[in-house]
Amino acid sequence: MATATHIDAHAHDDHDHEHHETFITKYIFSLDHKTIAKQFLITGIIWAIIGAGFSAIFRLQLGFPEADLSWLRPLLGKWIQPEGSLDPQFYLALVTMHGTIMVFFVLTAGLSGTFSNFLIPLQIGARDMASGFMNMLSYWFFFLSSVIMFISLFLETGPASGGWVVYPPLSALPQAMDGSGLGMTLWLVAIVFFIVSSLLGGINYITTIINLRTKGMTFSRLPLTIWSFFLTAVIGVLSFPVLFAAALLLVMDRSFGTSFYLSEIYIGGEALPNVGGSPILYQHLFWFLGHPEVYIVLLPALGITSEIIATNSRKPIFGYKAMIISMLGITVLSFVVWAHHMFVSGLSPFLGSIFMFLTLIIAIPSAVKVFNYLTTLWRGNIVFTPAMLFSIGLVSVFISGGITGIFLGNSAIDIQLHDTYFVVAHFHLVMGAASSFGLLAGVYHWFPKMFGRMLDRKLGYIHFWFTFIGIYAVFFPMHYIGIAGFPRRYYSFTNFDAFSGFTDLNAFISVAAILTFFGQFIFLFNFFYSIFRGKKAPLNPWKSNTLEWTTPRVAGHGNWPGEIPTVYRWPYDYSKPGAEEDFIPQTVPFSETMDSNLPHENDMIAIEKEESASEIVVDGAKGH
Amino acid sequence: MATTATVGNKSLWAGGVAPLKASYGKLMMWFFLLSDAFTFSGLLIAYAFIRWSAPAYKGNPDDFVFSTEYWPIPEKVYDAFPGVHGQEWPLVFVGLMTFILILSSVTMVLAVEAGQRMDKKGVVKWMLWTIIGGIAFLSCQAWEWAHFISGSGVATIGDVFLNGRWVEDYEIMGAGLSFNQYGPPAFAALFFFITGFHGFHVFSGVVINIITFFNAANGMYEKRGHYEMIEKVGLYWHFVDLVWVFVFTFFYLI
Repeated sequence: MATATHIDAHAHDDHDHEHHETFITKYIFSLDHKTIAKQFLITGIIWAIIGAGFSAIFRLQLGFPEADLSWLRPLLGKWIQPEGSLDPQFYLALVTMHGTIMVFFVLTAGLSGTFSNFLIPLQIGARDMASGFMNMLSYWFFFLSSVIMFISLFLETGPASGGWVVYPPLSALPQAMDGSGLGMTLWLVAIVFFIVSSLLGGINYITTIINLRTKGMTFSRLPLTIWSFFLTAVIGVLSFPVLFAAALLLVMDRSFGTSFYLSEIYIGGEALPNVGGSPILYQHLFWFLGHPEVYIVLLPALGITSEIIATNSRKPIFGYKAMIISMLGITVLSFVVWAHHMFVSGLSPFLGSIFMFLTLIIAIPSAVKVFNYLTTLWRGNIVFTPAMLFSIGLVSVFISGGITGIFLGNSAIDIQLHDTYFVVAHFHLVMGAASSFGLLAGVYHWFPKMFGRMLDRKLGYIHFWFTFIGIYAVFFPMHYIGIAGFPRRYYSFTNFDAFSGFTDLNAFISVAAILTFFGQFIFLFNFFYSIFRGKKAPLNPWKSNTLEWTTPRVAGHGNWPGEIPTVYRWPYDYSKPGAEEDFIPQTVPFSETMDSNLPHENDMIAIEKEESASEIVVDGAKGH
Repeated sequence: MATTATVGNKSLWAGGVAPLKASYGKLMMWFFLLSDAFTFSGLLIAYAFIRWSAPAYKGNPDDFVFSTEYWPIPEKVYDAFPGVHGQEWPLVFVGLMTFILILSSVTMVLAVEAGQRMDKKGVVKWMLWTIIGGIAFLSCQAWEWAHFISGSGVATIGDVFLNGRWVEDYEIMGAGLSFNQYGPPAFAALFFFITGFHGFHVFSGVVINIITFFNAANGMYEKRGHYEMIEKVGLYWHFVDLVWVFVFTFFYLI
């Protein structure tokens, strides 16, 4: 039995010998986790352009409600009404699709899909994912889902437009609005495929991390990136199936005459036949996914930040174990706070206070993480690479957005601010901007490993400052608009006298949002130009300790040409007193760093020797 | 520091080996099942949510008649048995179905056990029995659905929405997704959806069982040196069985 498992764990060792790659197996139906990661990244980037582009269009409407938009007619066609204004139905579709695309396609698939795939095998020392085939399927299900969602954008009745949460009855009744017709059906189909993709990916990530760590890579030596991907995958595997159940029931209600979510509805004075269901049931099922989804989006960004901040502060991460425990805490708590999205749904105030209490507890692990980032930065020899700037930017927006989370977690305040722009500002900072910063930081940091070339540093700085200032210029004023009572998702506010004093502020936000959107093209140029023309990257450009930097500049399928390296220490030995250099990679045994070892690490030397001796015996016995 | 644990004592968690000696395939199956359990939990919670927000029957159980006004008593709905007419055998048939499914789990255990002994003939034999059990369960379910759909006894009178307009005092016989003779519309809709979703799982299980049966019979696993595939399929089969226990409890007992 033991030998059988041994073979399993190393079954991937001979990957790089057996391949006879054609263009199709290398770039399209690839089993290599690195290629799949790039596929996720580039698909995610395309979606990000579409999703952010949508926000630029609806910000035009919100900032300049009287403007003549007929110059957009070549792009939007009949969605621009004859008199030159944006079609109100299409405005709702834009808002819905912006949310759907950004949350699922960019920050879930684009972030987890890219970095879990890319970094898990490289950082734990594995040849590939546990099942390369399932990994490939995961991407192609995502691709299929993307195609369906993309097609829905071009329907005559428009894509889904009931908000990204697609609450019934609006989403369940095709006659309710244009966007609840075929667009909504395609939305549901796309999401079902998306869930399948996420499940295939998540199971693979978890299994790979448990089973395929290289020799010496204990859980307490895993980089924090891997811990965050691990917990993200756990959250995804447990929460997406509930959305799956909710979506299936919604499909039944829409197309097969059941009434799981519908009851006592009149349309145009006519009673609908549906009785006995409850739209609140959908809200419970949806938010049981919806809230953990926030952490699916956020945790990978926090993991990436931990790694980048430690590397570029040239200091060990402060509170390695505290980081892990707080991520575990966030993971567990994320499942028991969903009803804080439902304080105004008629939820019992007593239940509301329980969910409020649980919600506010999340502030503790979040604050632990923030303080650990700050204390890691404290008195470090900070190297301001673009990745580092984005990571510090993440910490900044995470604090700004997190503090308003404490407001909103209180049901008394939330009832006042529910569905206003205050909420929009809050989650865009703490989840949208923070995760996007994590994604961008990750791309800047691991681009050399992905493509073997460097991104241009100066363009990176320009991109960062543009984005960082832009994000605050967009979302900081939005808090005031929210406190003033502006409800989200409204097409226009020109009919309300109370809001006339905020026209300038809305225009300012719109200008900032559109400029920030165009600022991202600096990054796009840098990204695609550097893939082909960038400066060739050195093997370890950031002087980092983790295993991915021990691979060749452009690693083939199988990652390491020879044996997989053995790990002897944790990944955060930066600026260790007594060491020759300011970093000691994980592959350096304690026996080679006598000057910098701590007393208990000297004890490890004997164990190292014993291990390598027994290794030889085992190898000899098996006749290697 | 963080690195002191586990390395010295050659722990299974030290890396380089699979912890708990579980192969990645088995782990993946476990995590898939965990995920699937959450799907079923979502559905059963939806059932409970709707079931307990619907009005309950308050009178004496002996005087119970079907009505769209309140949730029916399960024993009064599921009291038929193939070939038996005019008699009430409450829950006997579903009891038989459950027994068949549990028996097929037993034969699956025997197949796994035979696989661990590398006994090809045993694996083939017990897999075959498991497949027969699965097909028998599905056949029973098909009969139960057919009976449920066609209905029995006295029709229930209620207002229904038919072909785009309301029909008052319609004689409802049997069950569909929009209305049924036994109780509120959601009663049949939930029954069809959740037992159907479970039935689909059983059906997938039977298909997978058939594939592994042929692979075992052709000696593929013997050549491979282990019968782990049977263990993985077994995990799935036991899970489907376990879910049935919950579905059974929700629909037939409470």
